[in-house]
Amino acid sequence: MNKTENQKAWLFVLPVVLLVAFNAIIPLMTVVNYSVQETFGDNTFFWSGVMWFEQVLRSERFHDALGRQLFFTFMILVIEVPLGVAIALAMPRKGPWVSVCLVLMALPLLIPWNVVGAMWNIFALPDIGLLGRMLNGMGFDYNFTRQPFSAWFTLILMDVWHWTSLVVLLTYAGLVSIPDAYYQAAKIDGARSWAILRYIQLPKLKRVLTIAILLRFMDSFNIYTEPFVLTGGGPGNATTLLSIDLVKIALGQFDLGPAAAMSLVYFLIILLLSWIFYTLMMRNEAQQ
Amino acid sequence: MAKVTLKALRHSYMDDPRTDADWALKTLDVDWQDGGAYALLGPSGCGKTTLLNIISGLLKPTEGQVLFDGKDVTGLPPDQRHIAQVFQFPVVYDTMTVYDNLAFPLRNRGASEADVDARVREIADMLDLTATLDRRAAGLTADGKQKISLGRGLVRSDVNVIMFDEPLTVIDPHLKWQLRSKLKELHQRVRITMIYVTHDQTEALTFADQVVVMNEGQVVQIGTPEELFERPQHTFVGHFIGSPGMNVLPCKIRDGSAVLGGIAVPTSNAARYQGTGHRLEIGVRPEFVDFADDGVPVKITKVSDAGRFRIVDTAHELGRIKLLIGEGREIPSDMAFLRFDPERTQVYADGWIVE
Repeated sequence: MNKTENQKAWLFVLPVVLLVAFNAIIPLMTVVNYSVQETFGDNTFFWSGVMWFEQVLRSERFHDALGRQLFFTFMILVIEVPLGVAIALAMPRKGPWVSVCLVLMALPLLIPWNVVGAMWNIFALPDIGLLGRMLNGMGFDYNFTRQPFSAWFTLILMDVWHWTSLVVLLTYAGLVSIPDAYYQAAKIDGARSWAILRYIQLPKLKRVLTIAILLRFMDSFNIYTEPFVLTGGGPGNATTLLSIDLVKIALGQFDLGPAAAMSLVYFLIILLLSWIFYTLMMRNEAQQ
Repeated sequence: MAKVTLKALRHSYMDDPRTDADWALKTLDVDWQDGGAYALLGPSGCGKTTLLNIISGLLKPTEGQVLFDGKDVTGLPPDQRHIAQVFQFPVVYDTMTVYDNLAFPLRNRGASEADVDARVREIADMLDLTATLDRRAAGLTADGKQKISLGRGLVRSDVNVIMFDEPLTVIDPHLKWQLRSKLKELHQRVRITMIYVTHDQTEALTFADQVVVMNEGQVVQIGTPEELFERPQHTFVGHFIGSPGMNVLPCKIRDGSAVLGGIAVPTSNAARYQGTGHRLEIGVRPEFVDFADDGVPVKITKVSDAGRFRIVDTAHELGRIKLLIGEGREIPSDMAFLRFDPERTQVYADGWIVE
């Protein structure tokens, strides 16, 4: 057989290659470039090998930020996923209230992130904010600008308010797509609501929940704007998450090398954890 | 096991039904014997699924009663009616094994594990599911899943009625036949009242002892497959059952006999006509029409071969007439005369047979 020489097909791929190149590969390579070099200004660079990586991985500061980040993401997932599922289950499936509920749920998602941060900052101020005044009035000693616990409490509450809706909407979409016959069969089989949740709803929601968990994981692990506006990472370093720390190093201290190395490590951690999540959640799918 | 009685049943999906068309189910009185195999046959949208859901308790009728063995169950939810249902699309609990699927209705009712085990194995054996008991239900083919659905009904010993809502829709054609005979065999073995909803006449006629034909929310005829074929009570039954369907042509009645386009045609029932109908029609199945030396004049328009017989399409001045002619018979080429079998030819007034 004669092999036809035809390389024109590459032209069709070209737009995507260019897009990905400018969008991801070139910026990423710039960071890789910085991460293996040392500079003393004047735009002169020296090869420094894996020095920055070693420094980042050994740095106490990085470990602390990573720990705080993991704790934050863990709390977000543990609270938002079950809460989101519970709210979606409680929402009506038919009637005029459906659209009311959907709009109410979508509202927080429509607010720009820095506005959310600013809103909650003012809302939680101990002297003039509604939440702050109320908590203090109820006898709690609450001041998120001074106490780490109060700062964390506010930070998590803000994220729950802002992002639980995403889990709710995804879960709700999954719930309404379950055919009525399943509920009818369950009724006939005498299943109680717990059994319906366990054997019909949760299994049918598996795919959307996987997406919801992955999205919430990646977004909360990358979060920057809202905590930056709310606490700025404080009090002290109490709420300095990875992204906030990264910006401090890169733009505050202008340490390009360490910041680049940290970015790459940060990126690889997200990639690795996402892969683990996905594999674990899709493990049973493959067996069928 | 139970006898099912529907008493003056009516249902509308509207809050305030006014006209006849607002009723999805028009007044219905039906008696189904204990242990019978019944089919509900009708085109899509004729109300058969509505009726099924009323019997299973998933829907509450606007008016009337549902009785099981004379006991009023109209207000009872599905789980207290002791019924089972197999749906159009297979419903299985994906995360469970086949065994757990079959055990589910029993465990929900608090049966002991020993009873569950004995019962599940017995039913699995009946349905040829024993080999797959330990497999995940999600991995089975559509017909396997439908068997599980049916099995979940059969495991319960208290089941009054098993209902099937077009259960073979998603099954491959060659397995349809297998599953259908399996169903028939099972019915003979367990003798539970079964109600089978379908729009496929073959399924209805092969499964049921008695077929209930529905159209536009009302029952048009209840009868054995033979009765539906030989003496349709309504022109709709004539059209809907049989392939090709019954020939229906407008006619007049003069001196107690039917007249089709000026020619008197002997029928089984024209003499009984009392003169009340607005629209008179004559109905005869293609099987009971034959060529003759004189009679109804027609022009032959098409002959199609259907294997053991041929379908001849003819044009009469009042409409088309089809007839079935056996292999090897000669067919006139252009003009011909037709004769209808008088015993199998009926007159219909406003769609209903004249009695």
